[in-house]
Amino acid sequence: MIVNSSLFIQLIVFLLLGGFTMKFVWPPIMKALDERAKKIADGLAAADKAKDDLARAEKRAVDELRKARESAGDVRATAERNASQLIEDAHAEANRIVVKAREDARAEAGVAVEQVKQSLRDQLAQLAVVGAEKILRREINPQVHADLLANLKQELQ
Amino acid sequence: MAIAHATEALTPSEYIVHHLTHLNNTGAKQVDIIDWSVINYDTLFFSVGLGLLTVFILWLAARRATSGVPGRFQGSIEMLVEMVADQAKGIIHSAESRRFVAPLALTVFVWIFLMNAMDLLPVDLIPKLWQEATHDEHAFMRVVATADLSATLGMSVGVLLLCLYYNIKIKGLGGWTHELFTTPFGAHPALWPVNFAMQIIEFLAKTISHGMRLFGNMYAGELVFMLIALMGGAWAVSTSGILLAIGHILAGTAWAIFHILIILLQAFIFMMLTLVYIGQAHEGH
Repeated sequence: MIVNSSLFIQLIVFLLLGGFTMKFVWPPIMKALDERAKKIADGLAAADKAKDDLARAEKRAVDELRKARESAGDVRATAERNASQLIEDAHAEANRIVVKAREDARAEAGVAVEQVKQSLRDQLAQLAVVGAEKILRREINPQVHADLLANLKQELQ
Repeated sequence: MAIAHATEALTPSEYIVHHLTHLNNTGAKQVDIIDWSVINYDTLFFSVGLGLLTVFILWLAARRATSGVPGRFQGSIEMLVEMVADQAKGIIHSAESRRFVAPLALTVFVWIFLMNAMDLLPVDLIPKLWQEATHDEHAFMRVVATADLSATLGMSVGVLLLCLYYNIKIKGLGGWTHELFTTPFGAHPALWPVNFAMQIIEFLAKTISHGMRLFGNMYAGELVFMLIALMGGAWAVSTSGILLAIGHILAGTAWAIFHILIILLQAFIFMMLTLVYIGQAHEGH
């Protein structure tokens, strides 16, 4: 247990080393620690924010989905209405065409019947004339008896 | 750890005295308890060397310090810094003072730990190498700087000077003088001498116990290592030597493991007391 001048040198070294650490070691390390702490705090805040954003986005997605479903229902209803309308229109149109066709056919048939009747009348008149000729055994001049034949035709109508 | 001295002529007492003698500027054992003409080269070599190693290690960590993910070395130094910073924050309430005192405490902790850790080297290793190098088998060499009272008192006197500095800085010269004479017993003029004497005793007691505590622990630890080394050394000259060798191994291992706790604890205590004493200088009684 002895004491000597090493004491003073040790004292000076002690203060110098402390000074060195104060100047060159402590500030950069504390700065790094503080910056890291801030970074971590920022990171946690960002994570929280992201979580909030996600929750909001999910809520919005659900809303959008619901809206889409509703509008899809509307669209389907409209489409069904349109389709049934189309079908009804088509039915009506078809009916109209069928009726018209029937009427046309009927009208055409009437005309044809009339024509056939006409030609039958002509032929009958001629047949009558021919028959009369045969009965009378003489030629009847058609020009002479045109009036007679016309009268006959008239009567046949 | 211990390796016995091979020199046969040495008695155990001579062995220990030789190991406890410093390499100094006189070349002989210091006779007086206090002799300012003597300087211990070995103590200063190891304390300055390990001090430089301390600041180099810390500087390395400081140079690489980024706010990114730290590596293991970085992380361990940062843990240490954080620990010291927390302790300093709890004890010294002036941020301005902490700018110097906290780094000082960190340095002191690492530095004293390293100086103490020299105790874990085999007690004869460096002295033997030194004796080989100087071709002088009586060359003195002590490797544990903290087992030198000059070194530990040097540091505790440093703390004392800082206490005086902060006392004056924080309280003003007048305020501090007032405190010296009026506390702890009271402001009555009759009590002034008593108060002053108490204050002086307090400063002396703090400083001496601060240095002595570290010195005592390390000196005792070193001595135990030497005794263990002696036990192993007796192996060569004793018929029951092999038992002594086994005893050496067991005791050396046990003491070294226990000593890890002591060197760390003493470094921590010295650091904490540095903070506490300087913290006290900031507060009125």
